[in-house]
Amino acid sequence: MPLDTSDAFLKFDNVKKSYDQKTLVVKDFSLDVAEGEFLTLLGPSGSGKSTVLMMLAGFEGVTSGDISIAGRSITRTAPYKRNIGMVFQNYALFPHMTIAENLAYPLQVRKMSRSDVTNRVDEYLSLVELRDFRSRYPGQLSGGQRQRVALARALIFEPSLILMDEPLGALDKKLREQMQYEITRLHEKLGFTVVYVTHDQTEALSMSTRIAVFNDGVVQQCAAPAELYERPSNSFVADFIGENNFINGRVNSITDGMAEVQLPEDGTILAFAASGLEAGGRCRVSVRPEKLFLPEEHHAHDNEVRVTHVTHYYVGDFIRYYFRLAGGGEINIKFLNDLAAPELKQGEQTSLVWTSKDCIAFPA
Amino acid sequence: MPDTALSAEDARFARSELRGRKLAAFLFVAPLLLFLLFTFAAPIATMLVRSFHHPTVAELIPETLASLEAWDGKGLPPDNARNVMAADMKRLANERLSGKLAEEINRLVPGTSSVVKSTARAMPRADDAEIATNGGALLTDADAAWGDAEIWKGIVKAGEVYTTQYFLTALDLEQGDDGAIQAREGAKIYVDLYTKTLKMALIITVLTLILGYPLAFYLANAPSATSNMLMVFVLLPFWTSLLVRTTSWIALLQTNGVVNSTLMGAGIIRSPIEMLYTQFSTIIAMTHILLPFMILPLFSVMKGIDPSFMRAAMSMGARPIPAFLRVYLPMTLPGLSAGALLVFIISVGYYITPALVGGTDGQMISNIIAFHMQQSNNWELAAALGSLLLAMILLLYWVYDRFVGAGNIKLG
Repeated sequence: MPLDTSDAFLKFDNVKKSYDQKTLVVKDFSLDVAEGEFLTLLGPSGSGKSTVLMMLAGFEGVTSGDISIAGRSITRTAPYKRNIGMVFQNYALFPHMTIAENLAYPLQVRKMSRSDVTNRVDEYLSLVELRDFRSRYPGQLSGGQRQRVALARALIFEPSLILMDEPLGALDKKLREQMQYEITRLHEKLGFTVVYVTHDQTEALSMSTRIAVFNDGVVQQCAAPAELYERPSNSFVADFIGENNFINGRVNSITDGMAEVQLPEDGTILAFAASGLEAGGRCRVSVRPEKLFLPEEHHAHDNEVRVTHVTHYYVGDFIRYYFRLAGGGEINIKFLNDLAAPELKQGEQTSLVWTSKDCIAFPA
Repeated sequence: MPDTALSAEDARFARSELRGRKLAAFLFVAPLLLFLLFTFAAPIATMLVRSFHHPTVAELIPETLASLEAWDGKGLPPDNARNVMAADMKRLANERLSGKLAEEINRLVPGTSSVVKSTARAMPRADDAEIATNGGALLTDADAAWGDAEIWKGIVKAGEVYTTQYFLTALDLEQGDDGAIQAREGAKIYVDLYTKTLKMALIITVLTLILGYPLAFYLANAPSATSNMLMVFVLLPFWTSLLVRTTSWIALLQTNGVVNSTLMGAGIIRSPIEMLYTQFSTIIAMTHILLPFMILPLFSVMKGIDPSFMRAAMSMGARPIPAFLRVYLPMTLPGLSAGALLVFIISVGYYITPALVGGTDGQMISNIIAFHMQQSNNWELAAALGSLLLAMILLLYWVYDRFVGAGNIKLG
């Protein structure tokens, strides 16, 4: 989604953060978020994504730089004046208050009249389908129900922005998928702006408008999910998002954005050239497991490498095959668990084929 | 549906397995159970019994008491009863037990100790036959007080095996001649002392709370290196003798102590303030000693409260202080009530610190109990006072349980 940065709703401007006055945890973070957008900060733990969220919520000071919402700087605003709703990983539902009291709390703080509070609480309880639970205590709810209450509580005072800090981290896989759907549904229905932090890429890919991939305090790439997956801008993103195979080689030449890569085991392949790639330099070619095929499958292809079958694992809905390249290095492929799944013996020689537009060469 | 019922044989095995587990569990706690039985349950039971069961006099002069049963309490007892008393007195004098009787009767009829003792000295000289016929007159000859009904009433009363008089005394009450319970004349020493003890315990509890709460909060939220180090300082008092800590307060607070000389040296006061041997010194020393009992339960509860609760409250627009009062404080209630109950109950029964730094002004109920056990030798009254203290604490606990709920207590 192209963004007009001049009227960005939420704006990070060269934000830096240091905890120990020596090293930066967040380095030069700049990002614009449009109103109604679902932005995910994705990255391994310790990459600085949670720190960004804490600075946005006001629980951590900003070392330098500026954060603004709707054109107004909030860098020096107290957390309770920012009007930002937040959903925490542990839900942070007040255990001594009932569900209804939990939801009413932000409204009471805003001195809303008693009847308005009751109506609004009812409205949001029905929104998350928990009307029958209004007089229960958080301890009496299941994980998924608590998460829905936490969500409703963050939304009920109609904040300008919702922050979610790994909100689904404590749920099991099935519930997580349900809640992903629930959050997406509410986001589409109410149209609020979300900044979402997670280390789970499936979650990020399926829910977000845009994803900012963090590593080492720096945003590696910020793009829509499909672009991030199909066109990663560097090898960290290629490796971090989804699964990827990497083939080492040397760049022979670059023409029209396509690099011809010389492989150590003889033979060349064609790949998109990532920025920074130079002819004559070493490179890593990334190709996703689902884009590789065996020659017998008769897929259109213009790249081919010779490989030896090492082993395969039965996963369930698919089977994962491991191959070794003649010049060293491993490649894995996923085959659907159907009749087309090949039967290969250990040590069997074969070829793998793919099209050049499905692989990218990054400088190594 | 699968058959989940046990067969007869399975049930037998299951029962014997359960029995084995129960036996093992019992054997694990048996030594402690025995120890507690002998050192805790038994002494408390004896104390409770002693406060109303008092057979001493009944064992000393059983025959006299038996013959006095016929007496209606008006005028002097019948002759035969007085004769039997004289015979008992002679026997006691010979057995050298008259002092004990004197002490017991003196407690009920003040000033009769010397009457009993001098009579006991006179009796052995008298002839058995004369005592049997004219014992009453011999008694009156030995001391005129035997001609007065008061001393005889005292003997009857002292002879009661089961008595409420110690409890009445402990509550500053007494039983009048007509048997009605009335307030005892003179100062209400024990009730006043109970009130003072409760008041002091309350002040100490509030002080430890005021001092302990912020510290526990800081410790619970500090980085673990800092909090561990500071925790050592909180626990340090546990590693020093109670006596050392209390006497150091004497060194600090006495007339020429550290505090006074510092204040005088700084020119703030002209003459030393009397701080030692007052309620003030008792309260301040006990607050210091009991502080860890408040901090530890508070700390352990606060440690379990995630910072995200306060953050959540603030993200919803609550200012820090209202958020603290509405969100954080209620969550610390289990630790707060545990600490308060612990400090209050310990300080109600505290003995050594008030004894050392309290003087007369700072005495608590435990000091008077100790006094009756060690100096006035009135174990029955001490037992009654102790039983009342126990009852009072149980009552407070019941009240606490009603309003806060004992299940809310969290000690660690």
